[in-house]
Amino acid sequence: MKLAWREFRPSARTLAIVPPYAWLVLFLLVPFLLVLKISFADLKFGVPPYTSLAEFGDEAVNLTLHVRGYVLLFTDSLYIETYLNSVKIALITTFYCMLIGYPIAYYIARSAPAVRNLLLLGVILPFWTSLLLRVYAWVGILRNDGVLNNLLLWLGVIDSPLEIYRTDLAVYIGMIYAYLPFFILPLYANLVKLDLRLLEAAYDLGARPWQAFLRITLPLSRPGVIAGAMLVFIPSVGEYVIPEMLGGANTLMMGRVMWGEFFTNTDWPMAASITVVMVLLLLVPLALFQYSQVRAMEQVREGTR
Amino acid sequence: MTGPNRTLRALALGLGFAFLYLPIICLVVFSFNASSLATSWSGFSLRWYGELWNDKVLLSSAWLSLRIAALSATAAVVIGTWAGYVLARMGRFRGFSLYLGMVSAPLVLPEVVIGVSLLLMFVEMDGLFGWPGERGFFTIWAGLVLLCVAYVTVIIQSRIRDLDRSLEEAALDLGASPVKVFFVITLPLIAPALGAAWLLSFTLSLDDVVISSFLSGPGFTPLSPEIFSRVRLGIKPEVNALATLFILAVGTCVVIAHRVQRRKEKELQ
Repeated sequence: MKLAWREFRPSARTLAIVPPYAWLVLFLLVPFLLVLKISFADLKFGVPPYTSLAEFGDEAVNLTLHVRGYVLLFTDSLYIETYLNSVKIALITTFYCMLIGYPIAYYIARSAPAVRNLLLLGVILPFWTSLLLRVYAWVGILRNDGVLNNLLLWLGVIDSPLEIYRTDLAVYIGMIYAYLPFFILPLYANLVKLDLRLLEAAYDLGARPWQAFLRITLPLSRPGVIAGAMLVFIPSVGEYVIPEMLGGANTLMMGRVMWGEFFTNTDWPMAASITVVMVLLLLVPLALFQYSQVRAMEQVREGTR
Repeated sequence: MTGPNRTLRALALGLGFAFLYLPIICLVVFSFNASSLATSWSGFSLRWYGELWNDKVLLSSAWLSLRIAALSATAAVVIGTWAGYVLARMGRFRGFSLYLGMVSAPLVLPEVVIGVSLLLMFVEMDGLFGWPGERGFFTIWAGLVLLCVAYVTVIIQSRIRDLDRSLEEAALDLGASPVKVFFVITLPLIAPALGAAWLLSFTLSLDDVVISSFLSGPGFTPLSPEIFSRVRLGIKPEVNALATLFILAVGTCVVIAHRVQRRKEKELQ
């Protein structure tokens, strides 16, 4: 009897896994499935401001899927332009984060351990201070009567203030600034583990420093570059705060358009459709990010064995 | 021979850190500016700190945010530690890929996606069960917990992975239950990481604009959405004063935490 009862009792392992799993399903997967559902609803006046998909009537269940949002998204040039522009801005941001972030991560990883900790703290510290406030700081710098223009005018480099604030250029500066630590940190974690004996061997065999870098350091750091690039690219596509604060009225980005549909037009089904398309667009980068994480975990596992 | 080029190193690090820190320095310097233009210097003054002190709206939203942030950081540390332990110690289980994907998704997913999906869930829940009703304290808290759990899980799982497993195995061999081993051995060993994760969750919650805006209701405006609605249209010097105080507080905490950690590392050596 006792044995039979034990068979039905879940193991301690299952008991440990189920609660966080269930919590994630409830707060992440279910809400997203609801977004998917509401993206097929139609606008309705009332609370909530959308129709339900299934209606009971005449002894039948009528299932109505409205595709108004999706039709608009794939035919209206404004939306198409918004998608393309969001991806373009995210790609350029990622590119510059790589260009600026790689040397920083590389030289921090190659510093003496005591200096290394201090430099790392220097990268992490802005990460801890409010992003909103740091982006706001750029408003004061980039405005026509801002710090940068005042400095350049005083130096005599320019005669009239540069128009940067409220342009795409300001959005790029703000995005690169905000996401740079997200690229540096995973890349640093990768570079610091590089076995320096490999480089020594290359030098002994007559490689020049740049050859050793291109043929050893760079290929070995690829997982760190991918993880960092995805950490920059994916959230950049849907960024709202930075283009809203630094960009002009014509800086079209998905996060902004979705926000407008939701709060200004109260068109919840349309906002839901934009969200669904945004996530679909991000599925490949998301998969890449997950792959890089699994690989990093497996490397640690092999290392401890 | 393997040492890096000194000039290039100084150049890359110098420019990089200048880029990271100049905006913060500007923010702090102009908080002491006498003029309300906040872009041209017209003398030292503490005027904006005075105005900040008398700004009842900003102070009450700051108080609301501090409470929400403390509660969401606490919940996020509990859930995130559990989730991180499962990730680090349970090996591969059925549905592992989905679990890993879900637990790290809020790290990268645009915040507007998290905000809108949670809001729609609360609206649907309210339609079905008549709960949670008006959006407010609870809904903001739940959204921020979801965001912070992702960060806590990443920190905790890497910390647990670095632990020496033999300590836990020894305790198990001596007859302790797995739950007891977790609370008596694992938890004290990862205590510094728990502290760091709590602080990070706290600042992330304070800083969040998007999720808080989606999930807040009338009468519940946390600090960051309040600041955002003020500065989206231009410069507000009292925000500079607030930023300076915030940077001072965070900077002190991080430097102290760093010192403590360094001292511990030295003791271990």
